[in-house]
Amino acid sequence: MIGEKPKGVRAHLTVVYPALMLAIFFIVPFGLMAAVSFFHRQPGGFYVTGFELTNYINLYTALFGRTLLFSLLLAGLSAAVCVSIGFPFTYFITRMKRRAQVVWLVLLMSVLSLSEVIVGFAWSLLLSRTAGLSNLFVWLGLIARPVAWYPGFAALLFGICYLAFPYTVLVLYPPLSRLDPALPEAALTLGASPLRTFFTVVVGSLRNAIVAAFVMVFVFTLGAYLLPQILGRPRHWTLSVLITDAAIYQTNMPLAAAMAIFFMGVSLALVVLTMMIGKGKKVKAI
Amino acid sequence: MAGLTLENIEKRFGSIVAVSDVNLILPDGQFVCFLGPSGCGKTTLLRLIAGLEKPSRGRILLDQEDITGTPAHKRNFGMVFQSLALFPHLTVGENITYSLRVRKIDKTTRQQRANELLDLVKLSGLSDRHISQLSGGQRQRIAMARALAIEPRLFLLDEPLSALDAKLREDMQLELRMLQQRLSVTTILVTHDQREAMTMSDLVVVMGPDNRIHQMGSPLEIYRSPADTFVADFIGTSNLLDGTCSGSRTVTIGRARLEISDMPEGIIPDTKVTVSVRPEEVHVRPGAEEGDNRLPGRVSFVRDVGSSVEIYLDCNGIQIVSQSTPKGRPAVRQGDQATAELPPTACVVLRS
Amino acid sequence: MNKTLRNMFLGLVVFLLSGPLVVVGGVSLNAKKRLFFPPEGVSLRWYVELLTENSWLIPVKNSLAIAFTSSLLALSIALPLAYFLWRYRVFYARALFALGISPFILPPVITALGFLSFWVTIGLYGQMMATMISHAIFFVTLPLVTISLGFESIDHEIVEAAETMGADSGTVFRTVIFPMVRPYMISGYAFAFVLSLNEYIVAYMVAGFTVETLPIKIFNSLRYGYTPVMASVTVVFVLLAALIFGTIGRFGDLPKLLGALNPEEK
Repeated sequence: MIGEKPKGVRAHLTVVYPALMLAIFFIVPFGLMAAVSFFHRQPGGFYVTGFELTNYINLYTALFGRTLLFSLLLAGLSAAVCVSIGFPFTYFITRMKRRAQVVWLVLLMSVLSLSEVIVGFAWSLLLSRTAGLSNLFVWLGLIARPVAWYPGFAALLFGICYLAFPYTVLVLYPPLSRLDPALPEAALTLGASPLRTFFTVVVGSLRNAIVAAFVMVFVFTLGAYLLPQILGRPRHWTLSVLITDAAIYQTNMPLAAAMAIFFMGVSLALVVLTMMIGKGKKVKAI
Repeated sequence: MAGLTLENIEKRFGSIVAVSDVNLILPDGQFVCFLGPSGCGKTTLLRLIAGLEKPSRGRILLDQEDITGTPAHKRNFGMVFQSLALFPHLTVGENITYSLRVRKIDKTTRQQRANELLDLVKLSGLSDRHISQLSGGQRQRIAMARALAIEPRLFLLDEPLSALDAKLREDMQLELRMLQQRLSVTTILVTHDQREAMTMSDLVVVMGPDNRIHQMGSPLEIYRSPADTFVADFIGTSNLLDGTCSGSRTVTIGRARLEISDMPEGIIPDTKVTVSVRPEEVHVRPGAEEGDNRLPGRVSFVRDVGSSVEIYLDCNGIQIVSQSTPKGRPAVRQGDQATAELPPTACVVLRS
Repeated sequence: MNKTLRNMFLGLVVFLLSGPLVVVGGVSLNAKKRLFFPPEGVSLRWYVELLTENSWLIPVKNSLAIAFTSSLLALSIALPLAYFLWRYRVFYARALFALGISPFILPPVITALGFLSFWVTIGLYGQMMATMISHAIFFVTLPLVTISLGFESIDHEIVEAAETMGADSGTVFRTVIFPMVRPYMISGYAFAFVLSLNEYIVAYMVAGFTVETLPIKIFNSLRYGYTPVMASVTVVFVLLAALIFGTIGRFGDLPKLLGALNPEEK
């Protein structure tokens, strides 16, 4: 009964409403934006229908190139950090008793409810010279003088990883909690030390989940708009900031649209590349 | 050779006692079964031996050497888990030689060994296959090959056959037994299936719901001379009749008097006892008879299974089951009057 | 794994995770207006201001209204879609699912820009309805993923048992499937709700100058005139989230909702 082909109009009716909504309110806006990227921008802020590649040509600026590269680098780095910390963290959580797990999960959900702007605000405080962690360290005697760690690249990275962390855990939670506990035990009985067991068996058997988590954080970071502005200097501003700037402050919609389309193309390509590399070994065996 | 010794082993999880008061000496090269109902602690005992759990009390010795504190990955035992726990991201060959890789054995030797082991379990040539491409029975054998790769001192199996269907299960039981005999490796298998234990083992260790060992012995010993009512009931089917000792060699069941060939020591008249008689030892004759070792009654049910015939008798409220071959089948039908004869040699007296 | 090492690791993570929460809490209770932590003097005045000043109450109301309706709308789209994909086998299933998760996977600025072009063209730019619909589409992914997880956990045999007892597909849905999927619907709604409350860029691009949501107000407040009220608002919402998820955790099966299998006693 389940998994059959849908028969008749009634069966197909279920999917009509969602498909229609998504078509009208997602595909159309998207297509519209793609079209706008080819329109002609009038000085003064409006644009007329047309077809020209001027906007795409205008992308070839040092600013755009640098920002694009920076955005991708930031995304890759954040993804690496989040997954490296998040994976063992989630593994520990899933090995705990059910009740302990609930406590941790509620904590993570609460952190998840913090908005990007608040995270930026809080970390700008924590990393400031007058009222932050460095003051705590001075008080503890670890360093001599309080230091301002923000604004800066490290602060931005920190903030982004903090923001993405709960999502990383949520994505890794299902596969890790379904890991057969006998698997690491088998490795132990075969002579692998606990550390070796973790890397060869736990990490090894969950390669796909790790890649998925990496891709998720990567894409998530690409979308960071507020954190770069709060925790970073102008040279740390990402493509999202640039695009919004073009659309709203420069009222150059066609250019913004062109940037967005290009941006999307590049990120999509990278995502596909990462997934191919991640699943590479499995593909070979078949 | 002494082999494996367990001294005063106890394991608690919080306030729950999983294993209690275990003292065991297992000789080398034998096929041992830990047998018992769910929750009796047999799997916990196996895991204690493997080093996956630490005993709350007691010592574990291997050839007189205390290994209680040795972690699992240094014990050099081979273990097959109930879920098989084959590594899904490695090929068959890589699974089997995992333990060799950990010990930094070179690639050529590893490959050789993998082929040897695959030949041993009759799955030659499957070295490059992926786990997901194997059938249930094939996975079984790969799990065993993997555990045997380093020629372990002990071969431990935790209900390895429970996921297989009946026919495959019986085939695997035989194969496992032959494998063990060929390699002469000391094997401990955990199971709740008493027929499995009886078929495969040299030595059976019976554990009960009280998480203790009730009896240890060869399958035949345990079957013929169960130590208590739990063992008598758990192993095979048995008639368990409550009665009272009425003499140095007699027991009274209801109104009948039973002569016993072998009365255990220390049972004095008026002690409450339970008499265990195996169904295949009970003779059923048509018609009601009185006398020593005879219980008259009525046939309440006849079950003809094809290879054997079971006859259920109701003797004044006491149910007695008899089993015979089709040829030796008594001439009675449901509702007939009949008598159950319990020969003195077949009556095993147990304390109640 | 070495127990002490593990506990140190977890301790460090807890410290870093709760850092911002502590800071925000401290700021919200600060008697003075200045950006000083540790706080000087404790006061609830910022909470009072939150509840009495229109300049805050209006954004809060806006955000709540938008979150409430858009999550509901998102749910209404996600449920039939997830059901259809689970119930039937069609060759375009992957494409449909990809469509369902695309709004969220793409960098938000791109989706926001798309919505901007759309609403400007239609003429609804600047209306709250535009924000509501945009958020609904943007967050469809969340209930879609959670509900799909829920459907995945339904044992097919339960459905078949119901059918053999005479229930038609409508009754089966109502009496068997819906109750089993309901907790996942609730968690999907809760996720979408919380994220909608905090969403900045789509709301900004679509109607930012006319419909002021809470994140917009907070960001402006941060740039042009800082006030600790933004911290009190955050504290309220974090406590709310903790309460909601804590309740689910206490009375429901939070691990299962997030993807764990049925528990063996651990």
